[in-house]
Amino acid sequence: MIEAFDQLFVLLKHWLVSFVPAALQPLASVVLSIVPILMVFPGLFAFMTIMERKGLGRIQNRLGPNRVGPYGLFQPIADGIKSLIKENIIPLAADKLLYTLAPILLLIPALLAFSVIPYGRNMTPIDIDGGVLFFFAVGAASEVSIFMAGWSSHNKYSILGAMRAIAQMVSYEVPLILSAIPVIMMTGTLSTTRIVDLQVPFYGVLPNWHVFTPWGLAGFFLFVISATAESNRSPFDLPEGESEIIAGYFVEYSGFKFALFFLAEYMGLFAVTGLAITLFLGGWGAPFSFLSFVPSYIWFFSKFVVFMLFFIWIRGTLPRLRMDQLMNFAWKFMVPMALINIMVTGLWRFMTPNIGRWVVSLAILVSAYVLLGRGLAQNSGVGKRVYRYGT
Amino acid sequence: MNIIFTLIAAGTLIAAIAAMTLRNLIYCALSATAALGGLALLYFQLDAQFLGLAQILVYIGAVAILIVFAILLTRAADMPEPARFDVPALAGIGVALVVLATLVGALGSSPALRKNGNTIVRGDTAQSPVSMAVIKTPAPTATIAAIGNQMLSRYLVPFETIGLLLTAAMIGAVIIAMPSHRAKK
Repeated sequence: MIEAFDQLFVLLKHWLVSFVPAALQPLASVVLSIVPILMVFPGLFAFMTIMERKGLGRIQNRLGPNRVGPYGLFQPIADGIKSLIKENIIPLAADKLLYTLAPILLLIPALLAFSVIPYGRNMTPIDIDGGVLFFFAVGAASEVSIFMAGWSSHNKYSILGAMRAIAQMVSYEVPLILSAIPVIMMTGTLSTTRIVDLQVPFYGVLPNWHVFTPWGLAGFFLFVISATAESNRSPFDLPEGESEIIAGYFVEYSGFKFALFFLAEYMGLFAVTGLAITLFLGGWGAPFSFLSFVPSYIWFFSKFVVFMLFFIWIRGTLPRLRMDQLMNFAWKFMVPMALINIMVTGLWRFMTPNIGRWVVSLAILVSAYVLLGRGLAQNSGVGKRVYRYGT
Repeated sequence: MNIIFTLIAAGTLIAAIAAMTLRNLIYCALSATAALGGLALLYFQLDAQFLGLAQILVYIGAVAILIVFAILLTRAADMPEPARFDVPALAGIGVALVVLATLVGALGSSPALRKNGNTIVRGDTAQSPVSMAVIKTPAPTATIAAIGNQMLSRYLVPFETIGLLLTAAMIGAVIIAMPSHRAKK
């Protein structure tokens, strides 16, 4: 009975595929794997936009949108209709082919990345041997389309925003991949299904998630920070800073193309959240062994919603980083920390499993963090505040 | 030759020809990116999954961006030049033909081509009813674990040499790009 609920969608899919003639069954299977992704994640996107506006409103001591439905819950529908009926302005000097192609080419890798994430037991759409590598490859492929968007608008602010966005994305891709390497080292596989399968069993009651180890915790923090920066999300959203460069590389886009950009950015955020849950938080596994009767996909999407709320919280709380602060942070702090994390993971792998390896790993990571942080802060020239009066 | 290979190869060739002949430099760079993507698809079709993914990650994710940055920071896509067909262009075509002859000769006489001709044996995802539940691609013969093992055992020296070379290149790039008045600071 619990099994049936857990495998509900898998059984549903088998049942639906059995109606199709045998020659078309692989095609039907593929379509039935893809269609739920295309339904669920844009739905979560709509949910996140309203949660974000209400949440940011509350953090900023105001109500969010509350006119459209009960407590403003139909606002995403209103936003969708608005973006469809707005006038589609194409600048005269814009490169029409690239201008139209850019939002589409940004959305495709973001949606492709969803296909290797395990959403539940036996629920990975594409179960390949190199799932994590596939994910990073399609993530890297989305950067060219940001450049296309910025350049084809034929607008200096767009090109400036596009260059800054690409510089940021390329810089933060290095700590993103480096912080995922300890997980690959410890699990010995690149397959996302296998990584989750190794985290699901319990130590008695407690879970076996990677985030509860020193290298996993450090890797998790680095991964989440890099993920926030990769998807141009506050506090790393200078390339699209609403108060500085108006919208950076998509300032010339209006109507539905803008909505596609917005969708693609959030899809990227969701994809990398899904990967963070897979690599560090045990995927679809329950936190305690007595809770494993709850279906696996419920756990995955609960962790997902917690992440969404976390990102909204961070956006409302932290100020934006300047471009040079951002790049310094990536190259001078995160890359050394990620490399030290890889070394600590190597130590952890080969030390005997007792309390000693916990102490050693934590000591190395904490001291590295403190020393790097202090060292970089001393060189930044920020000191005590000096007041000068006009006398 | 099956239809998928023909389509992918045609797409790659068209993108490569476009990268050579288009007037606008940014279009050339983006066509070159599309050609690199076509190569990645060919690797996937040959069941070399790791190679295809590495191609996308490295070439499209990094090299293409490097090319467009280089174009933007130096040329800023100004007036497209008219086509030239003079002596240096003819010399270029001659050199390209020599390189083509060398490559065809080397590939034609390679032992891999003589061994089993055109047979790429692939698993069968289209017929067994068991495999329709989850699309499980057939395990390729060169798995990522096997590649990793070989890189660290038999091909260790080339692996480490490439690492050394990349480090030297990065340090060299940083030194070239560093502002020269750093000592006075």
